[in-house]
Amino acid sequence: MASLDRVKVLVLGDSGVGKSSLVHLLCQNQVLGNPSWTVGCSVDVRVQDYKEGTPEEKTYYIELWDVGGSLGSASSIKSTRAVFYNSVNGIMLVHDLTNKKSSQNLYRWSLEALSKDSSPTRVIVSNGDYDREQFAENSVPLLLIGTKFDQIAETKRTEVLTRTAFLSEDFNAEEINLDCTNPRYLAAGTSNAVKLSRFFDKVIEKRYFTRDPSPMIGFADRKRFNFKSLHYD
Amino acid sequence: MSFLVDSIIMFTSQVLFFGFGWLFFMRQLFKDYEVRQYIVQVVFSITFAFSCTMFELIIFEILGALSSNSRYFHWKLNLYVILLVLIFVVPFYIGYFVVSNIRLLQRQKLLFACMVWFTFMYFFWKLGDPFPILSPKHGILSIEQLISRVGVIGVTLMALLSGFGAVNCPYTYMSYFLRNVTDSDILALERRLLQTMDMIVSKKKRIAMTRRQMYQRGEDQNKQTGLWGMIKSVTSTQTGSENLSLIQQEVDALEELSRQLFLETVELQATKERIEYSKTFQGKYFNFLGYFFSIYCVWKIFMATINIVFDRVGKTDPVTRGIEITVNYLGIQFDFFYAISSNKSSNVIVLVLAQIMGMYFVSSVLLMRMSMPLEYRSIVTEVLGELQFNFYHRWFDVIFLVSALSSILFLYLAHKQAPEKQMAL
Repeated sequence: MASLDRVKVLVLGDSGVGKSSLVHLLCQNQVLGNPSWTVGCSVDVRVQDYKEGTPEEKTYYIELWDVGGSLGSASSIKSTRAVFYNSVNGIMLVHDLTNKKSSQNLYRWSLEALSKDSSPTRVIVSNGDYDREQFAENSVPLLLIGTKFDQIAETKRTEVLTRTAFLSEDFNAEEINLDCTNPRYLAAGTSNAVKLSRFFDKVIEKRYFTRDPSPMIGFADRKRFNFKSLHYD
Repeated sequence: MSFLVDSIIMFTSQVLFFGFGWLFFMRQLFKDYEVRQYIVQVVFSITFAFSCTMFELIIFEILGALSSNSRYFHWKLNLYVILLVLIFVVPFYIGYFVVSNIRLLQRQKLLFACMVWFTFMYFFWKLGDPFPILSPKHGILSIEQLISRVGVIGVTLMALLSGFGAVNCPYTYMSYFLRNVTDSDILALERRLLQTMDMIVSKKKRIAMTRRQMYQRGEDQNKQTGLWGMIKSVTSTQTGSENLSLIQQEVDALEELSRQLFLETVELQATKERIEYSKTFQGKYFNFLGYFFSIYCVWKIFMATINIVFDRVGKTDPVTRGIEITVNYLGIQFDFFYAISSNKSSNVIVLVLAQIMGMYFVSSVLLMRMSMPLEYRSIVTEVLGELQFNFYHRWFDVIFLVSALSSILFLYLAHKQAPEKQMAL
């Protein structure tokens, strides 16, 4: 199968937040029974109907690349991981709603994936902090996913949701909060399902219906590329 | 009056150690996780504090600081507390957290934790029987019983790790053992990895499409009624699912291959980085140290053999030998713990670390006693009772030797395997 048709979405996040369960839920419409550590990268494929319900409906395959590991890994692991960050069309950032650190680490994860042009250990941003402007200019669509929603007590929900709202603002991305062991959260018609479809549609559009010569633009190229895009009718 | 002053000094130093352990926990061990149960942090810091205090007391003993009465008192106190922690508190919490990770046993957590603890105590007691560690003068619940058992476990652990460290350290540092890795090797391997991923992706696309078609056809079939419709639906889905399971098997095999390739690539990258490091000034320095260290380790292994063969008790610093290597190796141990820890098991891992650390320190004190000059030995002997110290030294030698030899064998096999894999590429 030619690699020309690929739509590649990375699924990033700390160890143990539920990326494998999420990917399994999205692709197989089933709950993953026995989650275990992901060694290297595991890929799964989702069949997505682009512009569902309209006359322009077309079926695409979306590859979800679930890259395992943690931010504190040895540099040899990081260099090897960087191989998977090639030509990425979209990124899903997954964090655990019960673990604040996993949300904070998402900044570093996105930098690691988007700074692929430089060596993996060196960070382009000067002091290691995120830069909101960079994310605003970034052309790779991002989606924020919070897992283990059911494990948050009712009383703490508003606090957690305000925190994630700030997060999604920083990344200039939409957010979904769910529990990967319950398919109900992504049932057809829920706002989560709508946001998900919108994200995938955006990814497909960016890949196939814009004038950018390369599918992925990282931070290093932002000065060189012209961000105007043309839409086909 | 001096007793009060001494106690204050001891207490402040303990608080300092506690704080240090707390910080270490926050900054290093739990860097990537959120601490949800503070009891783990408290227990770890307490164990750390009391272990350090024991060393402090030995130093005070040698320096002659503080009055000897207060030293004696604090020795006893410290020993009791640390034994209490190591035998009652830490194992119980380890059992509790292990049980809470297993989904089945969620309801009766406390009950199962107690059961685990009792099992631990049973084996702990039984441990004493085959070893000639006690003179028959002592009763059942004396402190000597407990210390002797903790000592055996601790000494075994120390010897195991020392043996492995003695062999692994020179292997890691010396560039003689570094295989030659070029950039093109790594690139070739990465390309293979990506190709494998592509194959997995294309097969999964087929599976997904087939499933979708089956699902859609299944819906159409449901509209067909009658016997013939039912038979047709059964046969078509049969071949469909047979096909699927075949492709699924291929996918599983490919996924296993991709994992292998990933790990190999990581290893090659690590080797390349080590080669680069060895060319730097620091690297050369460590390389030299590695040669020196390897000679030192060989000598130690030799001495251990001599001690056993000639039934001699080592009078030449078993302490420095053990502690040097293990302290060097402790850093590498933490990496191992990071690698295997995850969100769920992080609590258990930290507690296990605390347990090992505590036992280390207690047995270090035991081993140290032999190498201290006579005038300092008295207090340690007094406090620890009449344990058979000679036995511990012999035991250390044996385990050290066994561990060193088996790690040599293990590393040799691993080293041999890798270049063969390279050739197969």
